Amino acid sequence: MEGQYSEKVMEHFRDPHNVGEIPDASGIGNVGNPVCGDIMRLYIKVDDKEVITDAKFKTFGCGAAIATSSMVTDLVKGRTIDEALRISNMAVAEALGGLPKIKMHCSVLAEEALRSAINDYMDKKKKKSAG
Amino acid sequence: MRKVYLDNNATTRMRGEVLEAMLPYCKDIYGNASSIHQFGRPARKAIDGARADVADLLGAASAEEIIFTSGGTEADNFAIKGVVHALRSKGNHIITTAIEHQAVLNTCKFLEKEGCKVTYLSVDKHGIINLDELKRAITDKTILITIMYANNEIGTIEPIEEISKIAKEKGVYFHTDAIQAVGKLAFKVKDINADLLSMSGHKIYGPKGIGAIYIKKGTKITQQTHGGHHEMNKRAGTENVPGIVGLGKAAKLAKKEIPEEYKIKDLRDYLYKGITSNIEDVRLNGHPEKRLPNTLNISFTYLEGESIILNLDMEGIAVSTGSACTSGTLEPSHVLTAMGVDAVNTQGSVRFSLGRYNTKEDMDYVIETLPPIIKRLRTMSPLYDKK
Repeated sequence: MEGQYSEKVMEHFRDPHNVGEIPDASGIGNVGNPVCGDIMRLYIKVDDKEVITDAKFKTFGCGAAIATSSMVTDLVKGRTIDEALRISNMAVAEALGGLPKIKMHCSVLAEEALRSAINDYMDKKKKKSAG
Repeated sequence: MRKVYLDNNATTRMRGEVLEAMLPYCKDIYGNASSIHQFGRPARKAIDGARADVADLLGAASAEEIIFTSGGTEADNFAIKGVVHALRSKGNHIITTAIEHQAVLNTCKFLEKEGCKVTYLSVDKHGIINLDELKRAITDKTILITIMYANNEIGTIEPIEEISKIAKEKGVYFHTDAIQAVGKLAFKVKDINADLLSMSGHKIYGPKGIGAIYIKKGTKITQQTHGGHHEMNKRAGTENVPGIVGLGKAAKLAKKEIPEEYKIKDLRDYLYKGITSNIEDVRLNGHPEKRLPNTLNISFTYLEGESIILNLDMEGIAVSTGSACTSGTLEPSHVLTAMGVDAVNTQGSVRFSLGRYNTKEDMDYVIETLPPIIKRLRTMSPLYDKK
């Protein structure tokens, strides 16, 4: 439980990076539900070179959910869409100095939130070029 | 930093008088209470005295109705399995509630695998069972009704006397897990008319690793721990003399000081008022009046509990939550869920359980510390902005 959180997790939990919304986001990812205890909303801003220039989040969840949200938004900034798609939940967990076993699903949720935001961006781009 | 312990339903701080009473039995009086020599005799005498003190606290007719166990969980296990084994030829049906402690619920689930039928009574929005539902659930195969006196998470007090009346009318044994009620509520087993009752030492400012079961004289129960002739042939194993002495002392103090425990209610209500006048969207979980005087369970809507308790911990305040994330099983509180509390408010529930060492200054510190934490976490919550 909370006693097993790494220093890095606690650091991101205490002072999470990139909290908030991007009003003109290129893509928004929504994952999770209140029954399982975590809901993440992740915003990305993508430039015309397919580089993620900004990322923000809003999360309802435990310490690990907030820390993984903070870390995944840190990790994607400055990456291309292709690079961002290769960020796995393990990479998020490792960057946080590991997560308690029972909290690994939070890193999975962070990966899913990122994918969901990228998919939303791709859909919007497709619609734009079709329109 | 100020340290404020508000997790007394999890465990309490042992009283100095209890430790003092135990120390001789950790050092010089080390004999086995079953030995008749000079080393054993004082240990036996101490156990007899503690048994009388526990019997006195519970209002038992005789000290022989008290059997010491390793704690509340063992007492629950013994009561339920012991009755099921003793009454096997009579029936196999147990009635309990959906909001019991795991010590009762998981014992019942285990017995289901062994062929028992178990009815889990529902509760209303305040956590109280429906007496008509209980009456309807009783069949000619029902051998035990096991219902907690007061709930550990929300503090709601069940209508114990009515329940035992129904049980008596139908000739069914009644066990109550009174682990949270003992020491907090004034009652006598003869008034509540329970056949079996479980209690624990560390919830009443006594030591951990010790508890007791009250077994009314004449109740049929099968021994669960086999070995020597300890505890009137009901529970084998060399007696935990220091633990028993500590439990006896804690029971003696509790009997004398129950009126002081009731005074904790004023502090608790002061805390609740202070929280609700500074923070919006807070809901009380549990019965507004029929509730343990020390327990305050509230939901901070739009937030998840672990994120709140971690923040409070950083400020020196210790509380607990019904959120899935701290349960170890990733299941949210079965108590709040059974009460029909929605998923968001279940996840955002925080239990403040006060104790005799808390002061008004402690409450003021919590009232002052909470609002900025809740505000900061809410700005982070995707549920809050939808409001």
